[in-house]
Amino acid sequence: MGELKLMKGNEAIAEAAIREGVDAYFGYPITPQSEVIEYLMAEKPHERTGMVVLQAESEVAAINMVYGAAGAGKKVMTSSSSPGISLKMEGVSYMAGAELPAVLLNVVRGGPGLGTIQPSQADYFQAVKGGGHGDYKMIVLAPASVQEMADFVELSFDLAFKYLTPVMILSDGVIGQMMEKVEVKEHKPRMTDEELIKRSPWATVGKPKERERNVISSLNLDSHIQEEHNHKLIAKYKEIQEKEVRCEFIDCEDAEYVIVAYGSSARIAQKSLQLLKEKGIKAGLIRPITLFPFPKKEINEIAAKVKGILSVEMNTGQMIEDVKLAVEGKVPVSHYGRFGGVIHSPQEVADALDQKIKGGFKDE
Amino acid sequence: MTEEIIIAGFGGQGVLSMGKILAYSGIMQDQEVSWMPSYGPEMRGGTANVTVILSDERIGSPVLTEFDTAIILNQQSMDKFERTVKPGGYLLYDPNGITRHPERTDINIFKIEGAKQAAEMGNTKIFNMVVLGAYLKMRPIVKLENVILGLKKSLPERYHSLIPLNEAAINNGMNNISEVQAT
Amino acid sequence: MSKDFLNDIIQPENLVYKKTELMTDNTLSYCPGCGHGTAHRIIMEVIEELGLAEDTIGVAPVGCSVLAYDFMNIDMQQAAHGRAPAVATGIKRCFPDKIVFTYQGDGDLAAIGTAETIHAVNRGENFVIIFVNNGIYGMTGGQMAPTTLPGMKSSTSPYGRDVDMMGAPLKITELMAQLPGAYFVTRQAVHTPAHVRKTKKALKMAFKNQMEKKGGISFIEIVSNCNSGWKMSPVQANQWMVENMFPFYPLGDIKVDSELINKECLTVDLKGQ
Repeated sequence: MGELKLMKGNEAIAEAAIREGVDAYFGYPITPQSEVIEYLMAEKPHERTGMVVLQAESEVAAINMVYGAAGAGKKVMTSSSSPGISLKMEGVSYMAGAELPAVLLNVVRGGPGLGTIQPSQADYFQAVKGGGHGDYKMIVLAPASVQEMADFVELSFDLAFKYLTPVMILSDGVIGQMMEKVEVKEHKPRMTDEELIKRSPWATVGKPKERERNVISSLNLDSHIQEEHNHKLIAKYKEIQEKEVRCEFIDCEDAEYVIVAYGSSARIAQKSLQLLKEKGIKAGLIRPITLFPFPKKEINEIAAKVKGILSVEMNTGQMIEDVKLAVEGKVPVSHYGRFGGVIHSPQEVADALDQKIKGGFKDE
Repeated sequence: MTEEIIIAGFGGQGVLSMGKILAYSGIMQDQEVSWMPSYGPEMRGGTANVTVILSDERIGSPVLTEFDTAIILNQQSMDKFERTVKPGGYLLYDPNGITRHPERTDINIFKIEGAKQAAEMGNTKIFNMVVLGAYLKMRPIVKLENVILGLKKSLPERYHSLIPLNEAAINNGMNNISEVQAT
Repeated sequence: MSKDFLNDIIQPENLVYKKTELMTDNTLSYCPGCGHGTAHRIIMEVIEELGLAEDTIGVAPVGCSVLAYDFMNIDMQQAAHGRAPAVATGIKRCFPDKIVFTYQGDGDLAAIGTAETIHAVNRGENFVIIFVNNGIYGMTGGQMAPTTLPGMKSSTSPYGRDVDMMGAPLKITELMAQLPGAYFVTRQAVHTPAHVRKTKKALKMAFKNQMEKKGGISFIEIVSNCNSGWKMSPVQANQWMVENMFPFYPLGDIKVDSELINKECLTVDLKGQ
């Protein structure tokens, strides 16, 4: 068992990054995630593991530093919050195109625009439907605890290097700012250059005479080659959809109604289940851990056994679109959520489901 | 056992660090804990609050609207959180600066002159530890020895010489808490 | 001519010039008369001569030289528009012992990438920036760049650059020279053999600075032409460059070994020519 600590989500992910043997972090301050770079700067990971930490001049520069380091085969990450993530989307699109592995954390706040610094899940669409330009997807993981903030560092890098794609950890102000008990793993050594070249023979580390030059690029002036490249990417996303779905079921066995919620909304909804039980309502919770790939099959199977599904999100209704696609019209699907930085309470969620049931639970 | 606590007052009163020590104490006795602050530009002088949950089971929502216990350290917080205490729950407050005292009759109300006691001990910074001591007396769910262990964990090593002072403050709070009879 | 005759001539003892192996055999995509090809070649020659081929990573920009990686036979990364200095920072910070350079045009470096450029230079990143300035956006069809001269026509300044509306051309090289993180700053050209030799010398100094980890960026501006964008013949374009670009963008070293040696250029009237 690793060391037990009481940490904020933002601190836990930073500590986990050092222990994971991450080579570099490039970031830029923005509330509510500045603790990530503050923690890294204070910890001097350069002395602990040789990890590079640099504060860039902008989110745009930070993601492009990530691009450069990832192109050189390094394990590299960045973090930001919603407005900053919008700026990073250029780089994410380029990385998806150039098939570069990297991890980025979004500690979501309310929007649009400068919005609010309070927690929100308003960036669901941006995370799972692209965000940047072009036909691409990235793997999106949604931690619901400080422990998962830490654990998803390793998982994200494993997936990023397995599929050569950027991976986003989609958190929010609740998970980033709250402290919980967290077990941090033992230190993993950073990869040597030899190991790196073996793992990532495509990396630009200087061209030995005996091999062809390595080029990191997302440019294909010939549209037919671009189309071929798009086919390759689609095949990859399909494989990810087939193999990498992760989700958690709570009290779904004999549930009459099911809530679908991720991240902090799932935590809140978990408490709502107790309150609903007191009201005599049999409710369960499906918590998607991967938002792309979305647990379509899993939700579809449960839809056949229940009377209605409630998508609970701290936004005006985004994931509900994917839930509906998964449900295929089998049962009504409705949405509940506070937004703009307001966090719904377990009671509000329970009352919302109760009211909807009393009103005949209609599709929305 | 699950204890859901809100601690609320001014920024600079040590609200967040009191919550942190409590959470660490919970870890020391193998409990699940969560600490969720109201974050933002709430530095010294603004209002600050933190929700702390200690539980023997996996914790659901870290964000709550009802609490087993409210620790209230200024008037704004009294106005906001008195009504959030569950019936039969506990409210602990420092009357210093309070103009409207708690009015509920369905909860247990205690007071601690934290600011006054800390001033008498010659160090206003230990105010929050006096209040913590009062809380521990009112709700003996965390053992004092685990609080001291929690303090050690949450304080940087260079401040460990201050632990005896903090312990004295906790004892002061335990000795000076008094129950308020609702009128 | 018979094949045998050619084979008689192609003998090691008859060799007078050999293309560097660090240039690929791909046909250059640049317009005839453009300076990019020459600039590419001498950079690759310098890397070869310094024995850096196996340790160098280049970063190509968006612009005409977006395809530089098709011609430079070394490991390369293609960066988003303006972001090459950030990409290079990412590589160099992770591989401080490798040799890294960016190759950027004036739209890339002095417009959309101004922030990345200034901050990479200001941090004193230890890599080489090669800045090819032809006063125009070449790849997108001859639009006005931050470096377009006053009165100069382009597709987005069809009546000539109006300084009152668009501001004066940006002398970003002079700006860079004033930052403490700039170790070597020079402005060169590649339109005559003599200038090519001087530029190559400057490039060699730049890469040596990086090898020796002299603190800071080596920044080389190459004032070049764009005969297609300027709508001139190659010869006319070079003449126009000498007569109009050079007075505004005077050639020569500005900062050597961290010391400003041409302070005059910092005080010239930025508005006039």
